[in-house]
Amino acid sequence: MPGIHLHYTVPGDDFTRAGEASADVKARLKKLGLPPETIRKVSIALYEGEINLAIHAGGGDVDVDITDSAVHMRLTDEGPGIADIALAMSAGYSTAPDEVRSLGFGAGMGLPNMKKYSDEFSIQSAVGVGTTVEMTVRTA
Amino acid sequence: MTISQIITALDATLLTPDADCAREVHTACGSDMMSDVLAYVKDQAVLLTGLNNPQVVRTADMMDMICIVFVRGKRPDASLLALADARDIAVMTTDKTMFTACGLLYEQGLRGGGM
Repeated sequence: MPGIHLHYTVPGDDFTRAGEASADVKARLKKLGLPPETIRKVSIALYEGEINLAIHAGGGDVDVDITDSAVHMRLTDEGPGIADIALAMSAGYSTAPDEVRSLGFGAGMGLPNMKKYSDEFSIQSAVGVGTTVEMTVRTA
Repeated sequence: MTISQIITALDATLLTPDADCAREVHTACGSDMMSDVLAYVKDQAVLLTGLNNPQVVRTADMMDMICIVFVRGKRPDASLLALADARDIAVMTTDKTMFTACGLLYEQGLRGGGM
C-alpha cells in the first residue's frame, strides 16, 4: 500500500470543530480495514490532541501519515508552549480554565491519554514558540 | 437490553428517530467529563451525561458508543443531533437525574464494564 498523507487545520476559535480530523482519520482507517482496537487508539490519541490544540494553543496543524506498518501523527502549534513538560504529563494536572471544564474537558488527562494510547510518543515545547507532539500507533 | 428498552426504563424521548433501537447494549458509563470517558472507559455502548455540547457526540464516536442519554432533561440542538445521526448514534433525553438513570439501567441488567 502506498503511504497516505493527510493534513488538517484545527481552528483555535471554534471548539465545536475540534474532533473533525480524528473523525475523518477514523473513517479512513475503517475503510482500510484496520482492527477496531488500533482504530480506537489512533482516534482517541488524535482527538485528545485536537482538543488540546483548540483549548490551549489557539489552534494548530495535524499531519497524519498512514503506512503499511503504522499511523504517524504530528500535531504542531504556535501557542504559548509548555514550561514544565513533566508536570503537564502527570495525570490530573491541568491549566485549563473553568470555561473549558464546563465543556467537559480540562481534567488533566489529555497528554497522559495521548501517551497511553500511542505506541511511541514524544513532545517538544518552547515557551512563547509552540509545541510539537508526535505519536505513532503501530498497525503491524 | 436494547436501546428501545432503555427508552422505556428511563421514560425517555428519542431525539434521533431514524436510529436502530433494536440494537443490543450490555454496558454503560455515566459522566459529565469527556476527559474521563476517554481516559477510563472501555467497550461501553451507552453514555449517560448531563453535558450538552457536540464534543459529547465526538467522544462517543471515538469510543464506538452507539447510544447517548442526556439526563436532567437536557435537550441537545439540531447540529448535535445531525452529528449523531451521521454516526448511527441513538440520542435520547430523560428528566431523570444521573444517579437515578444509572440506577434504573443497572436494575435492568446494564453494567459498568471494564475500565
